[in-house]
Amino acid sequence: MGLIDAPAPSIVSVDPAQSEGWIATRLDFLVNWGRANSLWPMPFGTACCAIEFMATAASKFDLARFGMERMGYSPRQADVLICAGRVPFKLAPVLRRIWQQMPQPKWAISMGACASTGGMFDNYAVVQGIDTIIPIDVYVPGCPPRPEALIYAIMMLQKKVMKDRMSDTAARMEMEPDPLSQLYIPPSRIDALSQQFGNSVPQTRSGQ
Amino acid sequence: MSDFTVIHAGTAPGLPAPATPKNVPNRGGEANPSADALKAQFGDAIKRVDVVWGETNVTIDIARALDIVRWLHDDPSQSYEYLSDVTAVEFRDRGLPIEVIWHLRSIKYRRFLRLKGLIAKGQPLSVPSVWPVYKGADWLERECYDMFGIKFEGHPDLRRILLWEQYAEGFPLRKDFPLRGRFSRAEQLRQALSANPEARYSMEELSIADAFSELPLDMRARIKGGESTGE
Amino acid sequence: MATKRTVEVELSTTGIGRDGKPQRVPLFVGEGGEGGGPAVAAPPSTEPELEGEHMLINIGPQHPATHGVLRLVLELDGETVVRCIPHIGYLHCGFEKIGEYRQYNQIIPWTDRDDYLNCVGNNIAFSLGAEKLFGIEITPRCTVLRVIGMELSRVISHLVWMGTTAIDIGAFTPFLWSFQERENVYNLFEGWVGARLTTSASRVGGMAADIPDGWLDGLRAFVRTFPKTLDECDRMLTKNAVWVGRTVGLGVMSPEEALNYGLSGPMLRASGVDYDVRKDFPYLDYETYDWEVPVGVNGDVYDRYLVRMEEMRQSIRILEQAIARLPDGPVNIDDPRVILPPKHKATSEMESMIHHFKNVMEGPRPPIGEAYVAVEAPKGEKGYYMVSDGSAKPVRWRIRPPSFVNLSAIPKMVEGHLLSDVIAINASIDIVMGEIDR
Repeated sequence: MGLIDAPAPSIVSVDPAQSEGWIATRLDFLVNWGRANSLWPMPFGTACCAIEFMATAASKFDLARFGMERMGYSPRQADVLICAGRVPFKLAPVLRRIWQQMPQPKWAISMGACASTGGMFDNYAVVQGIDTIIPIDVYVPGCPPRPEALIYAIMMLQKKVMKDRMSDTAARMEMEPDPLSQLYIPPSRIDALSQQFGNSVPQTRSGQ
Repeated sequence: MSDFTVIHAGTAPGLPAPATPKNVPNRGGEANPSADALKAQFGDAIKRVDVVWGETNVTIDIARALDIVRWLHDDPSQSYEYLSDVTAVEFRDRGLPIEVIWHLRSIKYRRFLRLKGLIAKGQPLSVPSVWPVYKGADWLERECYDMFGIKFEGHPDLRRILLWEQYAEGFPLRKDFPLRGRFSRAEQLRQALSANPEARYSMEELSIADAFSELPLDMRARIKGGESTGE
Repeated sequence: MATKRTVEVELSTTGIGRDGKPQRVPLFVGEGGEGGGPAVAAPPSTEPELEGEHMLINIGPQHPATHGVLRLVLELDGETVVRCIPHIGYLHCGFEKIGEYRQYNQIIPWTDRDDYLNCVGNNIAFSLGAEKLFGIEITPRCTVLRVIGMELSRVISHLVWMGTTAIDIGAFTPFLWSFQERENVYNLFEGWVGARLTTSASRVGGMAADIPDGWLDGLRAFVRTFPKTLDECDRMLTKNAVWVGRTVGLGVMSPEEALNYGLSGPMLRASGVDYDVRKDFPYLDYETYDWEVPVGVNGDVYDRYLVRMEEMRQSIRILEQAIARLPDGPVNIDDPRVILPPKHKATSEMESMIHHFKNVMEGPRPPIGEAYVAVEAPKGEKGYYMVSDGSAKPVRWRIRPPSFVNLSAIPKMVEGHLLSDVIAINASIDIVMGEIDR
C-alpha cells in the first residue's frame, strides 16, 4: 500500500553550536510521534482472539512497551479499537455504536480471521468481515493471531499514524452510513467494488 | 458453621463402584432400571424402551412429559434431581418426527436417562414445559424454542434468547433453514444494523414477565398508556 | 443467608505485630461483628427510606467485567439489585448448525472455539462422544495422553478465571502471574500440536499427534514449578481482607437449589454437592487415579474460589500420576476406516491411498444411533450429544454448555445484593460467552 515503503519524514534538526539547546521539528511530526507511542486501545474482545489479546497485554508480551498499557474500556477515552473475535449480526449495532462513540482521531484493528472475513463461520449468524460495519486500518490474519502478529499490526498502525498530515482532514472525516441501508456503501455498488469469495460456494458481498 | 449438609453422589445402597464403560454394544445391554419402573407406573404413556450405546432411551407420550418428569424427580426410588439438557432433533428425512430430548441424571443412584417425545410432522410443535420441576430448564427451553420453534407450554417467559426478538428469518436449526440464512448478506446486515442497541433496556422489558404489578405506579401508568422507550 | 462466618485474614495494612509476624485479625461477615475484629458487614443503613422509582442500569454487552459480551439489565432500588435480566446471544455463531454440514473430524476445530479457555478438553470430549458413536475403544497411551491434555486445560482455564476475577475485584497481579503460567502451558501445547490456543489436538480414534521427544520433561517442569505460583496466588488472595470482604456471603446457592437450577462444576461443588462427572460417571479411566473432589459448604463466591484453587492442585496430582503411568505404544487405533494412514504410506501404497481418499472425501460413517458424552470441563458438565443417521455427517450436534446453565441462575444469585457485588458474583460463575452463545 506504500505505507511501509515511503521514506521516514525528516525528524528533528538540532544545532549543537547554539548553547540554548533548541530543536526544530514539524508540528505534524511531534503530534504524530506522541499519538503513535501512546495509542490507547479499546479492546472490543468477543471470543478466542480476546484471550490472545489478554496474553499480549500480560507480562510476557507486554503491550505497555508500545504505550498501550492503559486499556480504554470506555470508547470515549480511546484511540484505537481492537476488535478481537467474531462479530455476529446481533453484535453489529453495538460495534457500530462503540465506533461512533470514539473521538477523532481514531483507528481500528481487526484481529483474527473471523473479524476480518467471517473466518470459518460462514453461516447465518456471523458478519462476514467487520469492514462492512466500521472502517478498518489493519487486518491481522490468524485464528487466533499470535501475540507477535498483533504486535506487528500495532507497529504497522504506528507507522500509519506517523504518516498522518494535519492538512489532510479527509482521513478524519466521520463517515455517515447510508440512512436507508445503514451501510457505508449502498448494496447496489458493493458488488461492483468487491470480488467474489468463498471456498466451495462462490458468494458476493451483497449476497445477490 | 456451615449452613448446608453436603449432598453426596451415589449414596443409594448397593451401588457398584463407578467405572469407565468399556466395549459397549451398539444395541442392547442392560437397561436403566428406571425404564421398567416407568412402565409399571405409567403404562401406555411409555411407548418404547431401547438401549443405544449403553444409554437408555425411553420414548414417552409427549403430552404426559411433565407428569413423567415430575414423578422421576419426586419419587424416592428414582430421585432424578438433575436435568442435564433439553434439546430437540430434526432428521434429514422429512417424514420422521421431530424428537424432543430430555437428559436426566440421578445423583443419588448414579443413573442417566434419556426421555424422548416425538412430534409427528404436521402436528403443532408444542410440549409441556418441565420448568415447574427443574428451574434449570428455563434457558434450555428458551433456546430450544429459539432454534426449533417448539413451544413449551407452561414456561413463564418463552421468547427468543440467542437471536434477537425481531429475528425474521425463522428457526435456524430446522432442516429447511439454509446454512447461510434466508436473506442476502446485505439484507441481514441492514436488518442487524438498523436494530436499536438500546432495545430491551426499557420498561417494557420488565413488564414482559411477572414484574408488572411490582413496578412503580407512574411506570405502570406510562406503559399502560402505550408509551414505548424501547424499540 | 445471614450466616455468621469467620474467615481468617491477614491485614497487610496494619503491618507487623509485636512478634514480628503479620497481624491476623478474625473477620466477621454477616450479622453481628462482635468479637473485636473489624466487621466487614455492611453498616446499618442510615439513609432515610426513599420512596421513588427503581432505576435501570445496563451493563454490557461491551463491558470489561462481563467477561465477554454478556449484557445484564439491572433494576436497582438505591444500590440494591431488585431484578436482574441477563441478555445473551451477542456471540451466537451457529456452531450447531455448522456441525450438521461437517464430518466428525471436521467438527473438532469448532470445539476449540466454543469454550476457548478449555480447547484441548473440548477436543477430547468431542472425540470421546464420536468414539462412543462409532463404537471405538482407544489405545492405553491415548487414554493417558488425553487425561494429561484435559487436566492441563483445566488448569489454564482456572488460571484465566483467577486472573480476570482478581482484576474485577481489584487485584491486578494475579492476572500477570496466571498468564505467565499459561504461557508455559501454551509452549507445551505448541510443542505437542503446533498451536497455542486453538489446538484441535484430538481426532476420532486418537490424537492429532503423539507427544514429541522430551515433551514430558517440559511437563514435569511445569508440574514441579506450578504449585509454587499457585501458592503465591493463594497467599495473595485467600486471606486478603479485600478479597474476603468482597466474596464471602455473596450469591449463595443451597445444594438443593443448585441441583434444581442445573448448576454444575465448581459452582455445584461449592454449594455442597459432592458430584464430579469424573468420579460419578467416569471416562478415560479417571476412577483409577488417586485424587479428591473439593466440596464447599457455604455456596458463596469465596467457596467457589476455594474449590477452583483446590481443583488446580488436584489436577496437578492427576498429572503427576499420568506422567508416571504413561505407557508406550501406538496413540491411534489401528483401523484405517477412521484413522488416516501415515503420509509416506498414502503416497506409496495403493491401499493406503484409497483409505486416505475415502477418509478425507467421504468421511467415516458411524452406525445409526445417538450418543451423549459428558465430561467434567472446568466450567462444569460439558456434554456433546450426537445423532447419526448413518451418513458421514451428524444429523444433530448438540453442545450441552455448562456455563449457559450456570449463568441462567444469575438472577436468583444477585437478587438483594449490591450493584458492586454483581460483578463478583458474575465473575464467580466463570462464564465463557463462546460457549454460552455458541
